[in-house]
Amino acid sequence: MSDHYEAPIREALILGDKTYHDITKDVARPVETKAGKLWWIAFLIALSALVWGVGCIFYTIGTGIGVWGLNRTVNWAWDITNFVWWVGIGHAGTLISAVLLLFRQKWRLSINRSAEAMTIFAVVQAGLFPIIHMGRPWDAYWVLPIPNQFGTLWPNFNSPLLWDVFAISTYFSVSTVFWFMGLIPDFAMIRDRATKPIQKKIYSILSFGWGGKAKHWQRFEEISLVLAGLCTPLVFSVHTIVSFDFATSVIKGWHSTIFPPYFVAGAIFSGFAMVQTLLGIARKVLHLEDYITRKHIEYMNIVIVVTGGMVAVAYISEFILAWYSGSPFEDFTYFSPGAATGPFWWAFWALIICNVLIPQALWFKPVRRSFFWSYVISIFINIGMWFERFDIIVLNLSHDYLPSSWTGFLPSFVDIGIFIGTNGFFFVLYLLYARTFPVIAQAELKTILKSSSEKHKKLRDEQGHH
Amino acid sequence: MSKATTKIVYGIYDDDDVLLEGIKSLQNKGIKIHEIYIPFPVHGLDKALGLKETRISKLAFAYGLFGTTLATALTWYTMNHDWPQDIGGKPAFAWYMNMPAFVPIIFELTIFCAAHFMCITYLIRCRLFPSAQPQNPDPRTTDDKFLIELRTEQNTDDLISSLKKSGAMEITIKELAS
Repeated sequence: MSDHYEAPIREALILGDKTYHDITKDVARPVETKAGKLWWIAFLIALSALVWGVGCIFYTIGTGIGVWGLNRTVNWAWDITNFVWWVGIGHAGTLISAVLLLFRQKWRLSINRSAEAMTIFAVVQAGLFPIIHMGRPWDAYWVLPIPNQFGTLWPNFNSPLLWDVFAISTYFSVSTVFWFMGLIPDFAMIRDRATKPIQKKIYSILSFGWGGKAKHWQRFEEISLVLAGLCTPLVFSVHTIVSFDFATSVIKGWHSTIFPPYFVAGAIFSGFAMVQTLLGIARKVLHLEDYITRKHIEYMNIVIVVTGGMVAVAYISEFILAWYSGSPFEDFTYFSPGAATGPFWWAFWALIICNVLIPQALWFKPVRRSFFWSYVISIFINIGMWFERFDIIVLNLSHDYLPSSWTGFLPSFVDIGIFIGTNGFFFVLYLLYARTFPVIAQAELKTILKSSSEKHKKLRDEQGHH
Repeated sequence: MSKATTKIVYGIYDDDDVLLEGIKSLQNKGIKIHEIYIPFPVHGLDKALGLKETRISKLAFAYGLFGTTLATALTWYTMNHDWPQDIGGKPAFAWYMNMPAFVPIIFELTIFCAAHFMCITYLIRCRLFPSAQPQNPDPRTTDDKFLIELRTEQNTDDLISSLKKSGAMEITIKELAS
């Protein structure tokens, strides 16, 4: 059929001799089989990290924020670094499913489900930090505009911290709904194949009775499109508003108009790196080699190079402005000659090496098409982006306007424990997801089988079509 | 009194292109298609079936406007009307003067209402809810089979032969339980 024509120069996105039924089988396999030894080992490691983190959280809440490494000068440090890092990671998923849907990029279909799962799980981790930082997390509901016992004392809608509450909760709930709407037909597929009664029951509940009627698919496609249209500005707004937490303050190094676009680019950069990290493992463990191909890796690496370039330009302009202003305070901002040679030189150079220098290797085609090197570079970017936030927060605060209060920062074991705990929580959620959810949006992937699979491209070649 | 029972005829296809051709050939014979069950959205099916465009996106716009109104009312009531305060040297004189600071809230609530109410509408309109009975008559239609459902009160022979000719690989007949 000429309907399914795609230029032969485009590389196949589904490898092997696949039929619709093969896609069903491959996606249902992890749900229907028992977990392997590797999965259990990973799960137990993640679970023990989570338990350790929960212990540290209880210790913090029971004793007070004083158990952290914060001090009066550096009053935001490890916790907000982790908050921004996790929110940033939570940007790739919705970007892949929303922006790439609007641009009709077919390669999103093999990775959007897992990337969105990652987004949701990362935002859960991010949300933990401000709540713990409140010190009295049971009073967290005070941020909501609800009539209360203080004579209608309302939250301050002028404050970027309250904007953050609205941005992150909207982002979390809308992303979850977007994800779940797409999951309904795939849950129905697992329901219809399930043989064990308990499994059948669970997937019957989750699939909402989906039957795939023509009208329902029409509405499905329409709401996917509208949700993508709504999520695209949403995804940009979230990290913009996170950057307002800093940019609307009067702290040197934070009070910067470049922050919103630079934060958004950084978030996409780090989010895609985390997608590469997770898919690098999932591809092998779940045997999805035919669906997550070199071409997918390459496309993602191109996004990483572009957003990494934007971030690098932002770094350079911050550095030059700090130097050119001649202001002594500017020499202590996180991008300045003073930062590169001062007490936090190691954090400065960790950022430059991981975020600016190493990703440049992706300009070379063999590197960006290599699963191994993509994985290695993605780990470096994850580390680099963590240091970026650390530098912005700790470096700028440590040398404030009053030299007598200048000080350093060292995390306490509780700081580190909570961070390890959120990593554990993230992987616990991701590992559970990988065994119980359809990890590829199989229904939508089937729509491109005839245009973009290796088998059908070969068939078209043989028939000499076009 | 004997009432004519409605018979349901299912034709199952194993390819989306054959299904589209099949729909055309059935329609050419004047056979009315009752329903289609498919594992994924087939391109061109809406047109072939003559489905009306869905109005759900227009509704989403209305929900979004509701969100904008809600956020405007909320910020005005809490910040300017109920308890105006001078916060950080930014006095609360009038809503339009404070408005720039409320843009993020207005934007987020607009998106929030549009997205959630649209999805709720979608679920209600499609009769989708937790643990509902599966709507598809054959479990293979979520895997790789495409099903056309026809209904008649007359003899089914005609329909069966038309389905066969249109490329159906399997045909089953059921009586509508009344």
